[in-house]
Amino acid sequence: METLVPLMVAVPLGVGFAIVAIAHIRGVSRLVGACCVAGVLACLVMALVLLGGGTVHVYVGGWGPQRTLGIGMVCDGLAKLMLVTINLVALASVVFATAYMRRFTRVWLFYALFSLMTAAMNGVVLAGDLFNLFVFLEVAAIASYALVAFGCEAEELEAAFKYAVLGTVGSAFVLMGVAVLYALTGQLNMAKVAALLPKVGLSGPGVLLGAGALMAGLALKAAMVPFHAWLPDAHPSAPAPISAMLSGVLIKASGVYALARVVFNVLGGGSHYATILIVLGGVSMLVGVLLAVGQWDFKRLLAYHSISQMGYVLLALGVGAQVAGSEGVLARNGVAALCVFGGLYHLFNHATFKSLLFLSSGSIEQQTGTRQLKELGGLARRMPVTSFGCRVGALSIAGVPPFNGFFSKLIIIVAVALAGRPVLAALAALVALVTLLSFVKVQRYALEGEPVAMAAGAREAPVAMGSALVVLAIVCLLSGVAMVPLWHYLFEPAGAALLGGVGKVLSVTGVSP
Amino acid sequence: MGIAIYVLAFAVLLVGLYAVIAKKNLIKVILGVAILDYALNLLLVLVGYRTGGTAPILSRGESPAALAATAVDPLPQALVLTSIVIGLGITALLVAMALRLHEKYGTFDVEAMRKLRG
Repeated sequence: METLVPLMVAVPLGVGFAIVAIAHIRGVSRLVGACCVAGVLACLVMALVLLGGGTVHVYVGGWGPQRTLGIGMVCDGLAKLMLVTINLVALASVVFATAYMRRFTRVWLFYALFSLMTAAMNGVVLAGDLFNLFVFLEVAAIASYALVAFGCEAEELEAAFKYAVLGTVGSAFVLMGVAVLYALTGQLNMAKVAALLPKVGLSGPGVLLGAGALMAGLALKAAMVPFHAWLPDAHPSAPAPISAMLSGVLIKASGVYALARVVFNVLGGGSHYATILIVLGGVSMLVGVLLAVGQWDFKRLLAYHSISQMGYVLLALGVGAQVAGSEGVLARNGVAALCVFGGLYHLFNHATFKSLLFLSSGSIEQQTGTRQLKELGGLARRMPVTSFGCRVGALSIAGVPPFNGFFSKLIIIVAVALAGRPVLAALAALVALVTLLSFVKVQRYALEGEPVAMAAGAREAPVAMGSALVVLAIVCLLSGVAMVPLWHYLFEPAGAALLGGVGKVLSVTGVSP
Repeated sequence: MGIAIYVLAFAVLLVGLYAVIAKKNLIKVILGVAILDYALNLLLVLVGYRTGGTAPILSRGESPAALAATAVDPLPQALVLTSIVIGLGITALLVAMALRLHEKYGTFDVEAMRKLRG
């Protein structure tokens, strides 16, 4: 187990560099795609093996838990949930890409950057110290800037430039927060910082400055309103497999996950931080969906829905933090655990159905040459497999039983209502309804009706693309039906890692500050 | 010294942010990003600084405890090195994208780039 944790980062990183080498060897240069698929598949297998074990702590370079320096990696319940999510979506995306990327030149660059991004995201969720978190955030971000610009068309470059500048500003704030917290505590290890912060004074101006800078930077990475301006440009401009990775896992790993980790496990989940999460989540949920309704560009519509759905996750986590901090009757009755479960479950579900939707939008775009909904139509008969994937994704995000989106939204709404926030619960239900309407529009214009000129000649996408869609569609259905076993193996340990807060982290690291 | 130098770091940070937000020229935006990076590197070095401190190098015969009592904190300096490398990578990528955009539009002016709505 201990050796597997660094390998989660080292394997895709090594594969990324190997791809660059292979691409320049005559005769085997066509194998870059297979090489990338194998690397990601190995990561998914390792993530599933790690899932079976307990919490693992690795101190890279043999620095040991008592030293203040050194790179610490922590593989606890939450990290395992994120690892499975990231590598599952990455595998589907890269299999899809083997067929989709054929029309691009210099595909090896794509695969190398893709491996680099996967390695960095695995690193983000395994990072046990704050600076390491920042470094992996940056590696993932730089790879994603280059991938958004991959097509080198004017729109793509424009979107990538905007994304890169705003992403760098976000990273700058994260670094500022890390520097301030280090100045106050003299530590970078998350568990040690968390243990020392109460001695400094949790509501002192220094801690608030550091926490504010960290949260602003990470909220920008998560594209929460009002920090969302880059996302609707950047996500649709990327090639479809990258859109699926960005919306499916990058905003979660480097945004929502990092935010939750910092707020719950480092800052201790105080009620003012919980309020910030609730406000960010609630506003993003509403504004995101209202902006999505008017869109006619399929991928842009999906991108706005990502903002809205991430709002659900932050809202549920925020309410969970607030209830857990209140120590009243609600916390004892497990309402906090239910909120956090709802949030994490929705995070996983959103990763599956949003990547499914982005991949099916990619295969529609490739076969018809457009992604304007008004120019499509009648694709249900022309492209049965893609339409099947698109339908399952739309039913999931719209919250129709028995797909997974229904269960996670239901749990969030019930949990928020039980936590004594009926207004927020009603808001969440309203947003779910608007989401449903928005996806009825997609179905109506893209799949039903008579084919318009652009769609008339469309044929089914290649097998690799279809199989990625079918696998993700099956995951969407199964993770809804198999909610109870998933809760037991995946989400309950993840929620416990968050709700255990500072004390939990300390007890498992064996650190005596 | 004291608090004033931190205020200076913060002022540099604000200059960088101003350039990123207000400037319409891609090159000036990139310069803003670079200034933002420098401000944070300055802040990180200041975090480890100690007035009159010595270089954190353990010379022969000196005890580690004696060094720790007089030397500046070396950890932020290691962090700054990492941060400078990351900053270099981002600046290079931004310049490459700005040059490609210049090929497409023939200008660095943001106002001329109107392919994307808001």
